Amino acid sequence: MAVEKTAPAIELINVSRRFLSPTGKSLTAIRDFTMTVGRGEFVAVVGPTGCGKSTTLNLVTGLASPSAGEVRVMGAPVKGIDPRIGFVFQTDALFPWRTVIENVMAGPLFRGKPKSQAEASARDWLARVGLARFEQHYPHQLSGGMRKRVALAQTFINGPEILLMDEPFSALDVQTRVLMHEELLRLWSEAKASVVFVTHDLEEAIALADKVYVLTAGPATVKSVYTIDLPRPRVVADIRYEQSFIDYSRTIWSDLKEEVETSYARAAA
Amino acid sequence: MTDATINISSTNFRPGTSDAEIEAAAARAAAHRRHTVTFWRLAILVVFLGAWEIAGRMAWIDPFFYAMPSTIAGRLYEWITEGTSEGPLWYHLYVTMEESVLGFVTGSVAGIIIGVALGRNRMAADIFSIYIKLINSIPRVVLAPIFIMILGLGLASKVALAFVMVFFVVFHNAFQGVREADRAMIANARILGASDWQLTRSVIVPSAMSWIFASLHVSFGFAIIGAIVGEFVGSRFGIGLLINIAKGSFDAAGMYAAIVIVMVVALGAEYLMTLVENRLAKWRPQPLHETQ
Repeated sequence: MAVEKTAPAIELINVSRRFLSPTGKSLTAIRDFTMTVGRGEFVAVVGPTGCGKSTTLNLVTGLASPSAGEVRVMGAPVKGIDPRIGFVFQTDALFPWRTVIENVMAGPLFRGKPKSQAEASARDWLARVGLARFEQHYPHQLSGGMRKRVALAQTFINGPEILLMDEPFSALDVQTRVLMHEELLRLWSEAKASVVFVTHDLEEAIALADKVYVLTAGPATVKSVYTIDLPRPRVVADIRYEQSFIDYSRTIWSDLKEEVETSYARAAA
Repeated sequence: MTDATINISSTNFRPGTSDAEIEAAAARAAAHRRHTVTFWRLAILVVFLGAWEIAGRMAWIDPFFYAMPSTIAGRLYEWITEGTSEGPLWYHLYVTMEESVLGFVTGSVAGIIIGVALGRNRMAADIFSIYIKLINSIPRVVLAPIFIMILGLGLASKVALAFVMVFFVVFHNAFQGVREADRAMIANARILGASDWQLTRSVIVPSAMSWIFASLHVSFGFAIIGAIVGEFVGSRFGIGLLINIAKGSFDAAGMYAAIVIVMVVALGAEYLMTLVENRLAKWRPQPLHETQ
């Protein structure tokens, strides 16, 4: 167990992942992919659309397994779904037939907690994301931003040590998105989880993360890694006007742009 | 700051139009629409029955074959007050309902269980799908004589026929509903910690429920068809038997009267089903089937 204490939260070592297309052809989504996420670190992954960003997350959850290479979580190889992992999806993954509080209670109940305990804990988390008044609402009665907050509470209630986020805020309008960024950073600083945040929005990545991984056009591999040395706590709404933020943004964009253009040219061909 | 002007003379803007007035006008319009719909519904019924009655009385159509609304109503009244030639109407209705309900319940439970099980297990689905297609291609009605031969003239043969009528419809919808369950939702449940059984019970089945309900709506009607066809082919009691006897004695009014009874029962069942569905589906933005 001594190894577990010091090992990084997530390691992907020379990982490749191939898919079989419906016609039986082999497609490579990611190749020779190496990434390390330290304990409590916030890592953002950016890359052109459809390059295989989401595949990296699926490998960490255990929902998919690598074709080659090794994926380690807390120093141990991934075997099945790890209970220490939380996942926030791009699309709405709430259960529409359950009320808000029943949605948040789902995790503890699945994990065998008694109902009263799950309910108390869910109340607490709904209060923390500012939805105490909406316990008995159904997801369709909430706005997109509120549904995302329910999804955050649903994930954080399980106390994940690793938080994987797959373009979680891409469907939200710009103002709501900034509010959600603040919310996420607050929850993250309290929970001290390690985060992998996949996005195609570079400014979002810089504003939130400690490290930004830039991926190549598919099959994805790591092109470069940038350490974002902006002081915390950050105010996401204001940080984008600071000179250092703009410098980061310009540097990383010139790097990312080539890949986006390659990807675009390939799609057009 | 702003230099926008409001054109007061335009027809869209009437000075003094308050929220209350707009709401009252909308409520009036909605009520008017409801009344119009009810009026036309009744008007069409009255015209249809009236035309039938007149055509019969003027001998444009032969009342011997087509009966008339008045003779049908008379026969219904007679059945209700004095009973049929085969005993009290209520007993026949009770027998038919018992067969239909038993067939409906067993058929839909079996359809849901097997549909969900095969929907969750791709291998089993691939193996069994050919047999399900084979059996499904048999017109259900031809099974009636077989069931009566094997199970006798009583309850069991009618329940079996109602069962096969219901089972395949519900099975197909349950199967499809499971297959259409949202992948992100399933992944979410698994990461939140759901076991296979928890996933099936609290994610897959609820999300297939709207598909299943769509099939339950039609399948109670199918259960009644199964029961009546079974009675028609061979039985001692039931609405199907009444139709058969009316046919044997060239009693057109009796046949139509039996049809009216079946219509009333089927509509009642449909109404109950909608109530249950709306209760269960209160999480949905809009009910699939409107009661109005």
